[in-house]
Formats: sequence, C-alpha cells, structure tokens
Amino acid sequence: MYRIPLGDYVEKIIAWMTDKLAPLFDIVRNILLTIVESIETGLTIVPSYIMIVIIALLLWKFRNRELAIFSVIGMLVIESIGLWDETMLTLSLVVTATMIALIIGLPLGVWMSRSNKVNNVVRPILDFMQTMPAFVYLIPAVYFFNLGPVPGVFATVIFAMPPVVRLTSLGIRQVPKDVIESSLAFGSTSKQLLTKVQIPLAMPTILAGLNQTIMLSLSMVVISAMIGAKGLGEVVLNGIQRMQVGQGFEGGLAVVILAMLLDRITQGFGDSKPNLETN
Amino acid sequence: MIKVEIKNLYKIFGKGPNNAMEMIKNGYSKNTILKKTGNGVGINNASFKVKDGEIFVVMGLSGSGKSTLIRCINRLIEPTSGDIYIDGQNIVNCSKDELLSIRRQKIAMVFQNFALLPHRTVAENVAFGLEIQKFSLEERLKKANEMLELVGLKDYGESLPSQLSGGMQQRVGLARALATNPDILLMDEAFSALDPLIRKEMQNELLKLQDKMKKTIIFITHDLDEALKLGDRIAVMKDGVIVQIDTPEGILQNPADDYVKEFIQDVNRTKVVTASSIMKTPDSIITSKDGARVAVRKMKEVGISSIFVMDKEHKLQGIITIDDAVKLLKENINKIDEVIDKNIYTVTPDTLIEDILPLFMSTKYPIVVTDEENKILGIIVKASALAGILGEEGKNV
Repeated sequence: MYRIPLGDYVEKIIAWMTDKLAPLFDIVRNILLTIVESIETGLTIVPSYIMIVIIALLLWKFRNRELAIFSVIGMLVIESIGLWDETMLTLSLVVTATMIALIIGLPLGVWMSRSNKVNNVVRPILDFMQTMPAFVYLIPAVYFFNLGPVPGVFATVIFAMPPVVRLTSLGIRQVPKDVIESSLAFGSTSKQLLTKVQIPLAMPTILAGLNQTIMLSLSMVVISAMIGAKGLGEVVLNGIQRMQVGQGFEGGLAVVILAMLLDRITQGFGDSKPNLETN
Repeated sequence: MIKVEIKNLYKIFGKGPNNAMEMIKNGYSKNTILKKTGNGVGINNASFKVKDGEIFVVMGLSGSGKSTLIRCINRLIEPTSGDIYIDGQNIVNCSKDELLSIRRQKIAMVFQNFALLPHRTVAENVAFGLEIQKFSLEERLKKANEMLELVGLKDYGESLPSQLSGGMQQRVGLARALATNPDILLMDEAFSALDPLIRKEMQNELLKLQDKMKKTIIFITHDLDEALKLGDRIAVMKDGVIVQIDTPEGILQNPADDYVKEFIQDVNRTKVVTASSIMKTPDSIITSKDGARVAVRKMKEVGISSIFVMDKEHKLQGIITIDDAVKLLKENINKIDEVIDKNIYTVTPDTLIEDILPLFMSTKYPIVVTDEENKILGIIVKASALAGILGEEGKNV
C-alpha cells in the first residue's frame, strides 16, 4: 500500500516556516520576552514578605479570611524552601500565557458562538491542540523561537487555550433565547447585545474557562523547562535528572501551592456578586 | 385610526421557501407541505388591522403560529412575504437603522417568561430600553422609578429579579416595556406563566393601565377567558391561518367554524354575552292611551300574561298584567293608568348576563332593555337569558 509521506511534508513546512518567517518569529519572540521579563521584574521587585502581606490583605478584603490565611501559609512555605524567585518566574510565564490565551481565545469563542461554520472549523483544531502530545510541537517551537521562556509560553498557549475558547462559546450559546429576544426587541445593536447581555450572562462560564486555562498552563511548567524556561519547572527537572528526589519534591510542592492559590482566587470570580452598577 | 396593519403575511420556516409558498397558495395543508418540502408553515396569509388604542388579542393553541405572528411585527422573525404597516410605514423592507428606531421608540414587547436580565437590578432592567438609546444615567433612573411606581413596585428598584415573585417579575417586564413610551405593546403570553389568581390581578391591572395610557396592544394568549376579558377584538388562529376576527361577543355568538366552536364551548358566557345579543323585540306592546280592552285583546292575541306600556315617544311607562286589565274591564274602567306597575327592571344593552340573572330572582316580569332616553329596545325573558348562557346549544331550546 502507498504510504503517505505526511511526516516529510510537515518537516518541509516547518523548515520553510523557520526559514522564511524568521523575522516575524523574531518580533513575536522579542515581544513575549519583554512581557515575561517585565512581569517577572514587577513580581520580584517587591520583597517577598511585603508581597505576602499585600496578597493576604487583598484576599481578606475581596474574598474571605480562610483564603487569606491559606495564602499566607502557602507563600511562607514557598519562601522558606527558598523557591520564591522561581515561583515568581513561573507565575510570570503562566500570566503571560494566560493573557495571550485570553486575547486570542475570547474573541474566537465569541465568534464560534455566533457562527456554526466557525464552530465546525475551530472545534477540531481545539481537539488537536488539547490532545496532540506537547513534545510534538515543542521542537518546532524551539526552531521558531530558540531556547528560553518564549517557546515555553508558545507551547503553553497551545495546550491551555482551548478551555477558554470552548467555555466562552458555550456560555454565550447558553444565554436564554428569550433574554436575547427581549434585548433585540428593545433595539439593541449586535454589539450592545454582546456587551450588555451575552457576555455578562456568560461570565461565570467564561471564568470557569479562564480557571481551567490557568490550571493547564501550570501543568505545562515542567515541560516548558525542557526547552529552557526557568522557574519551578527547572527545579523539578533538575531534581529528576540528578535523581534528587527531595529537590524535585520541593519544586513540585511549590507548583501545587501556586496552583491551589490561583485556582481558589479565580474560582471566586464566578460566584462573586453580580455587578450592580449600570453600564 | 389604523395603527398596525398586516397584509397577506406568510412565514415559511426552513431553507428555500419558494416551493412551500407555491404549495400554500395552491391550498395544500401544513402537514403535506412539511412532508413534501421539509418546510414548516408558520403563518399562512394573515391579514388584519389594529386600531389605535385597541387591545387586539390573537388566540390559538400552541403551534398555531401566534407567537410567530407577533414576532413578525417587530421583525424578531423575518416574514417570508407580505406587508406590515406601522403608522402607514411598511416595515418589511425598512433599513436596519429604521428597524432599530422602530424597536426603540414605537414597539415594546413583554415576554411569557419575563426575560429579565438576572445580573441587573429591577431598576436597571426597567431602564434597559433607555440605556440602549444612550439616555443619561440620571434620566434612566428617573424614568425607571416612575415606571416602577406605575406598576406598584416603587420600593423594589434595587432588588434583583430573582428576589421577586413571578407576578412581580412580570410587572417589571411591563414597566420595562412602558419605559420607552412606545405606542404599541406586543404581549406574548404575558400572563400565561403566572398562577390563576395573580393572572387575574395582572389582567385587571393591565385594563386599568390601558384606561389611562391608551396604547395599542397586541396580546397573544391560548386562554380564551383571558382573550374575552382583555380583547376589544379577537383573532383566532389555527395552523397559521386566522380563522376568525371578531369582538368577544361576536366570537361567542357566531363562531366561524368547528375549531372556534370547540374553543368556546367551555367558556363562562355570563361574563361576555350582553343584553343586546339576547334581547328580543316584545311580541306586543301598548301605549298608555290604549285602554284596558286593547290591552286584554293584545295579550290574548299573543298569549302572554302581561304587557309593557309605553308613551307615544316609545318611552317605557311600566307593565300591566292580564289580571289587572280584566279587573278593570269588569269594573268598566277603560283607563289603565291606575294599574300600571312601574316596578320593573331596566338594563342597558351592554349589561352582562352575569348582572341580569340576579334580577330575575326578584321580579316575575321580563327585563326591559332601554337606551339612555328610556326608550324600549327589547325585552329579556328568563328563557332567553338561559339560552344566552348555553350559546349554540341554547338555540334549540
């Protein structure tokens, strides 16, 4: 039987892209690098203890006391095992990847919700992004962006973006039909319908998607470390490679604490009180 | 003045409606068309006019096309063919901007399940239409509070819809519709989701508000009692076709076909049928100048035991019984003035049977229907009142 040389085609395409699109990739790389580094600088410029106090106070005010206490304990553990800076670096990677996922994912989700055609095209692509083993696109990512945090962010965005797209689309599609009708009946334009009715009503679902995206970004930190992203992933990876179980555990624990904190914080968005302001 | 006019309106659901349109015009049934073309027939050649200030009820079972019809009027559903005139302007072909401004200023809609925005307060919901039109926050809140006061929810502006009962939520829906001061209200099964008691209360409230506001209301319902109570005129729909348009009484007295008959068979007619449609012309009548002799002869002629007396201007004087007339004859008195019984009940032509029936409890005479000048229009005997309640079946009594 004839064997389709699919792999050869892919290699050719990647080679062509690496060659011809290099200037574009350079621009993207520089932008992403700047974002990651500025967020990291922002997070580490404040001494860790002050940071812990600020975060705890904010959580106390806007969430609840339990979460504030938990955050203090968690962050003190991270600080006391000497992984504060690594955690902040990982956080900056996660924040960057999540931001990009949102910037691309929200409009895409809205578009999907409005058109069945777009929905039919985008869904298999999302399946691809979620299930294709990350290592497969890790190598092209390195071709495109060299080693460092940028290919890590790239791979993370691919893996972590689908939930926010899917749930944005789902949330908007789930807005009751009569609410849509009523807002149209009063003369809403489609933009007003989107901003005043569909997005606000879909918000809990969209935030659930955001939460999932953040969690998935965190699960990519170790894999990103393989291509030179520093931070907690690197700690874990070094631990594994040098058979230092203890170091690996410390790094892993910091990832878990960061994940739990981010999860509890973003989960709260969804059930926060509805916005009582007009507009 | 005609406010809304629908002319030969059709709505075909599904792709490529041309075949289906062709079939409709050739008189195929809704089911055949669905089988042959896969297209659903929503509305089949509907035409009607709604007058300014009128409550026009469209009644039909679910699937009869009434909700589709009302949605065509503000083009939430695009009609397949036909014309819709609002204040003389055909809105079927109007531009997007014109449509927006009609929706914003002329027509408002009230929905069956209220369709309030759950994330906004009651006042913000009421102000929604104004917000869309970019009124200032101050104006919006002022108007919203005015409207809430109108529907009796003055103190609930800051509540969320979910904190209110169904009836209160629909009051919010009504306030929201009124806030933009539209000429036309479309009410889609607006009270159907409410408990019977609350529904009745809302119907009364709507009628009360309508007395003040004189909007043109197109009201959709599947509930005949509601239609009869609210409607100045009622259109009955079946399978997308309007089978009859008439006043509530007209529908009850002259149902156009078996479908309408079936619809009205269980209705409480005493609340709808009026004196004018059950009264009959008296078999015989005398004037006050006629003597006892004439009275007796006329009564004998038609076989009745009492006869109404009127003056020469046809104004009701009273009634005289055969016993009294015969007694006068025996005493050889011809003048009947002495024995005329003025103690009879009169009603106006628009009195409901409901209010006529109790009168029979305290009189043995028929009840007289008179106009404002006390002229006799007709009389009602017990039997015809009962026949009026029974409707169709009563015609054989």
